Amino acid sequence: MSTQTIVIENTKTGEVTEAVYEHPFVVRFCHWLNAVSLFVMVGSGLQIFRAFPSFGAKIPQKDLLHWPKAFAIGGWLGGALQWHLTFMWIYIGTGLLYLGYQVFSGNYKQVLFAPRDIPGVWPMIRHYFLFAPKPPVREAYNPLQKHAYTSAVALGVLSVATGFAVWKPVQFSWLAWMMGGFHLARLWHFLIMWAMLALVFGHLVMVVLHGWNNFVSMLTGWKKDPEYISK
Amino acid sequence: MKSRIDTRKFNCVSRRELLKLAPVVALGAFAIPKLQKPLLRAGLGFSDWASAKLFRSGHLAPTFVDSELTPFNRFPINDYDVDDPEIDFDRWTLTVTGAVQRPGDYTLAQIQALPKVRQNTRHVCVEGWDVIGRFGGVRLSDFLKTIGADPGARFITVECADDYYESLDIATALHPQTLLCYEMYDAPLTREHGAPLRLNIPTKVGYKQAKYLTDLKVTDVLEKVGYWEDQGYAEFYGL
Repeated sequence: MSTQTIVIENTKTGEVTEAVYEHPFVVRFCHWLNAVSLFVMVGSGLQIFRAFPSFGAKIPQKDLLHWPKAFAIGGWLGGALQWHLTFMWIYIGTGLLYLGYQVFSGNYKQVLFAPRDIPGVWPMIRHYFLFAPKPPVREAYNPLQKHAYTSAVALGVLSVATGFAVWKPVQFSWLAWMMGGFHLARLWHFLIMWAMLALVFGHLVMVVLHGWNNFVSMLTGWKKDPEYISK
Repeated sequence: MKSRIDTRKFNCVSRRELLKLAPVVALGAFAIPKLQKPLLRAGLGFSDWASAKLFRSGHLAPTFVDSELTPFNRFPINDYDVDDPEIDFDRWTLTVTGAVQRPGDYTLAQIQALPKVRQNTRHVCVEGWDVIGRFGGVRLSDFLKTIGADPGARFITVECADDYYESLDIATALHPQTLLCYEMYDAPLTREHGAPLRLNIPTKVGYKQAKYLTDLKVTDVLEKVGYWEDQGYAEFYGL
């Protein structure tokens, strides 16, 4: 897959910048759709959690944490379930559209974490967290980015699988069984949400650090002054 | 082969690409108060439709050995109003109406004359907690045969002594694990757990499993769905 590159010429100053078409439409569309549905799923999920904020027995009940209502969606359990059971279809649909597109377009090759990316992970970690020099940029996505975006997909799949085990522990009893039964499936579902929130947090930090052109590229597809231009 | 364009043209291209994302904004309809309720109702309705499609008549809910049972005193007592609606057991009957050949008042002895079933199954509350209980009773499908229920009817509805009410799709009503339950943990139902007769449906969430039954109707039309459903909970909620 060759990436489109163009040269932009400022007619007044004659200044020249390059831009690369980094994010295909389907990827951008799914990204923003997913941003909304993930927000709703987490918000309504936390309101559902408020109905029984524990992963132990009902009698005696030991609460794990009291999540404030202000940071939840739906107002009450029934309302939150309506949001959750509505947006889960949008969430699943977006995931299927994204995965289908990645596979059929071949676009996955630039973002899927593969064994050959393993050696590049440690130098990137050293760069991000230990102020080591930046390794040379050889691809659109560095090994750590690939790891993050591949993990995001894995967490998405797991969130749906654990969700189905909680929603349908009888019809999908094999799925619930694999997770240690309904009771534990509910805990996995909760933990996967926190893993996703951690990933989203890291993602947002990187978005801020990488500046405006990078952010705009997720809206228009085009990134000005890219770090990496495919030959 | 890099093409050259000027800044104005690039901005034009960018704007066009940005506008292509407009359909995402359609989700904003969920934020409009007037549209929010019908949209969420439609979403919940779709989930209920999917639930009904996913339900398999021959698929049994997992059962458990006695050692996995939640102790009886840790089996929660849930009600929406009172723990004990003070039923007079001596005068209690189950009143059967609707699309049946033999309507009328059925005594507990008449119901208990049907083959007895005992099962250790999981009880899942919509709130998220779950317990494993031991239930005894008769298959609702056996009772429906006894009363000569119309095999083509779509729903069973029940009324309760505490004014709770529920409805059940016929496929779930005929499921072999759906019981008219009169025993828990091998002892007669206690008043708090729905004596003398309750529903035990391991393929449904807890609020569908009504207690203190007084009336049972076989019907094609639902005037009301259930106490909680009518306030916004899912209608089918099969597990």
